[in-house]
Amino acid sequence: MSIDLEQFHETFFEESFEGLDIMESGLLELEQGEVDLENINTIFRSAHSIKGGSGTFGFSAVAEFTHDMETLLDQMRNGERQVSVSVVEILLGSVDVLRNMLNAIRDGSEIDVDSVAETTVAIKGILGQENTVADSVTEQTSEAAAKGWIVHFAPFIDIMKTGNDTVRLIRELKSLAEKTEVTVNSDSLPLLSELEPENCYQSWVINLIGADISEEDIREVFAWVDDECDLKIEALAEEADYIGPERRDDDRRQKPPERRNTERRSTKSAESSSIRVNISKVDELINMVGELVITQSMLSRFGDQEEFTQATIERLKDGLSQLEGHTRELQESVMRVRMMPISFAFQRFPRLVHDLSSTFNKKIELIVTGEGTELDKTVLEKIGDPLVHLVRNSLDHGIESPADRVKAGKSETGVIELSAFHQGGNIVIQIKDDGAGLNKNKILSKAKEKGLVSQDERMPDDQVYDLIFRPGFSTADVVSDVSGRGVGMDVVRRNIRELGGAVEVKSTPGEGSVFTIRLPLTLAILDGQLVGIGDETYILPVISIIESLQVKTENINAVAGNAEVYRLRDEYIPIVRLYKIFGIKPVSTDLKNGLLVVVEAEGKKIAIYVDDLLGQQQVVIKSLETNFKKIEGLSGATILGDGTVALIIDIAGLIDLYQKDMASSVVSIKGAAA
Amino acid sequence: MSESAEELEAHESEKEFKELLTFFLAGEEYGVDILRVQEIKGWDSVTNIPNTPEYIRGVINIRGAIVPIIDMRLRFMLEMKEYDATTVVIILNVVSKGNADRIMGVVVDAVSDVYNVPVNDVKASPDFGTAVDTEFVTGLATIDEKMIIVLDIDHMLNAAELAVVDKMTE
Repeated sequence: MSIDLEQFHETFFEESFEGLDIMESGLLELEQGEVDLENINTIFRSAHSIKGGSGTFGFSAVAEFTHDMETLLDQMRNGERQVSVSVVEILLGSVDVLRNMLNAIRDGSEIDVDSVAETTVAIKGILGQENTVADSVTEQTSEAAAKGWIVHFAPFIDIMKTGNDTVRLIRELKSLAEKTEVTVNSDSLPLLSELEPENCYQSWVINLIGADISEEDIREVFAWVDDECDLKIEALAEEADYIGPERRDDDRRQKPPERRNTERRSTKSAESSSIRVNISKVDELINMVGELVITQSMLSRFGDQEEFTQATIERLKDGLSQLEGHTRELQESVMRVRMMPISFAFQRFPRLVHDLSSTFNKKIELIVTGEGTELDKTVLEKIGDPLVHLVRNSLDHGIESPADRVKAGKSETGVIELSAFHQGGNIVIQIKDDGAGLNKNKILSKAKEKGLVSQDERMPDDQVYDLIFRPGFSTADVVSDVSGRGVGMDVVRRNIRELGGAVEVKSTPGEGSVFTIRLPLTLAILDGQLVGIGDETYILPVISIIESLQVKTENINAVAGNAEVYRLRDEYIPIVRLYKIFGIKPVSTDLKNGLLVVVEAEGKKIAIYVDDLLGQQQVVIKSLETNFKKIEGLSGATILGDGTVALIIDIAGLIDLYQKDMASSVVSIKGAAA
Repeated sequence: MSESAEELEAHESEKEFKELLTFFLAGEEYGVDILRVQEIKGWDSVTNIPNTPEYIRGVINIRGAIVPIIDMRLRFMLEMKEYDATTVVIILNVVSKGNADRIMGVVVDAVSDVYNVPVNDVKASPDFGTAVDTEFVTGLATIDEKMIIVLDIDHMLNAAELAVVDKMTE
């Protein structure tokens, strides 16, 4: 009987990567000096299950590599080895190597043998068993010369509950040896009345007689029950000392360690195609579907009705509104299945900050809050890179060197706060540092140098800070490998915009900066306001609408003869004639005949002129890019109730379009004047 | 199509055949690989997309997918013709390198026929003046004394899309 193991690979990788994350965070805690036995145990267990799994699936390279890590961890666990910074560093390095190996196996690419060998040597160095090859070969031979082995196998009482069968193990041992003598110790067997059939009370001593059995083979048999039994293996011939499990034929050890700069992490974003869902969410779905079925059967009764009376119509209406409610709830529950806690994106930061702070010689404390905040899986996967960039940025540019901090009267250790929370239908992620804050003058002079703003231009602080999101902008004096290439912040903004979100920065000189990212809860559904312009129907996201109003002619002001602004209470808001920008023939071009919809995006407000407001509904967002391409000013399309397509307006993009439009008309006027 | 079934089979063993769906555009007959045709439907109203070239008529909903519709006459700068009863939209699968397959529709004057053409009979097109750029032509096939221009739709529809990008970045 053969089982196709391939089908479990996905799960194995998923679990292994989870295990690696657990190991990583555990190791980071260790490094901070919190030596906690439970923590070491957790790390050990993760390593152990990765080893077990990879052995089962035949990824022997991974199993071999993990084995050494495990040995080292085991020593730490038993208190035989002091937990030191250097050991933790090496273990962290091995976590990286392991992750790369698993990535390589999953993607079917080459394993970076050199980095594996290098780390193996480092671990073995610590284990103090950097045996020369010749030695290990001779030892191997002497071992093979042994006549056999005595195996003391004392399983824990609940070994059978984990699905292991002691008899099978012994049978497997038997297949190794030429001759087997098994002695069973049933001293602890209770009275029949007290006997639990699922418990294992016996222990065994097994003499394996045969010339070519290696200790490794025996351990292999017990690989799955390693931590569920007391196992002692002795050579039969001479009373050999306990031989640790470390000795293995590892030909890679012979290679001299080569120093190479290897990428610490695979650059490929691990966008997994499967999702782990909390069982309660699934139950909720099943309940909703149940309700839906009941409503449906109630409604279907009306189909059999011969004629409709007033009363049946009333009931039909009730039923339909119930159906609507259930459909909406079902939709929300389905959406919730896609929601995952943001900790998946946050968990890499302790490590990142740890690595970077030593690179920059800065002392940094990372505070993470709101890890439980849930957001859409797609958003979660795509927000990772922009977040990394922002955190790196805060670390590199924001937090000052310890000396400078002391000079400024702050504590030596800088603080970076990473938080996530809900706010008005949005997810907000904040990256806050207590560093020097953005340098306004430096940004302005840089912007002028790059020609992003004109020489004599004056602008409010917020707009100055906003300049850092412009393409080609970087104020770093030295280009480091972390930041300063000027491709950072504009990409961050673009990525976040692609997710339908926005990013802004606030900064106080000497006190630090706050980057705020706002993201929609989900990418799939949007509350839309339908508006009519000429024959076309467009959709505005309700969330960006501040108010809709009828035009009072006296409030319209023309600025410089071209741009129109509307005075709304104390504000002047530019009027955007959508038909002009989108080239549509409107019902009327007179502002009096239509409506203004005041919308806001990224702190900017505009008043969009439309012919009519048509109603609000939830719309399912479809991408235009699937079959076509991105259109400026549009975030997607949706299908209305009558089957036609309506386009969804991207407010931030529309503001950009409007500003470009204005700029080009100014240029053309200037051109005409010259 | 005077060959009997056996003869066809005999040919099949040595020749590779390709089925073409042909359509009319400004009096010329064009062919596309029939395996790429997803469906053929009558002209119906579309949703305009702002700031795109005129030949992109807009988008329609095909079973939940948003599909762009391209007018072939406008694409190749032919004289515009009123859409009538024979005007159809051919929905095509477009394969582009490095990207997922896309679905696009093209508006043509009328569909004509389906032909089985031996691949070797599709001759390279000479550089002469068909309405369509020779760049987008795979070759010419002769069927029943008629000439059919075989189109490279992948190239054509990716180029059409690229043209939009160019225009926007100008």
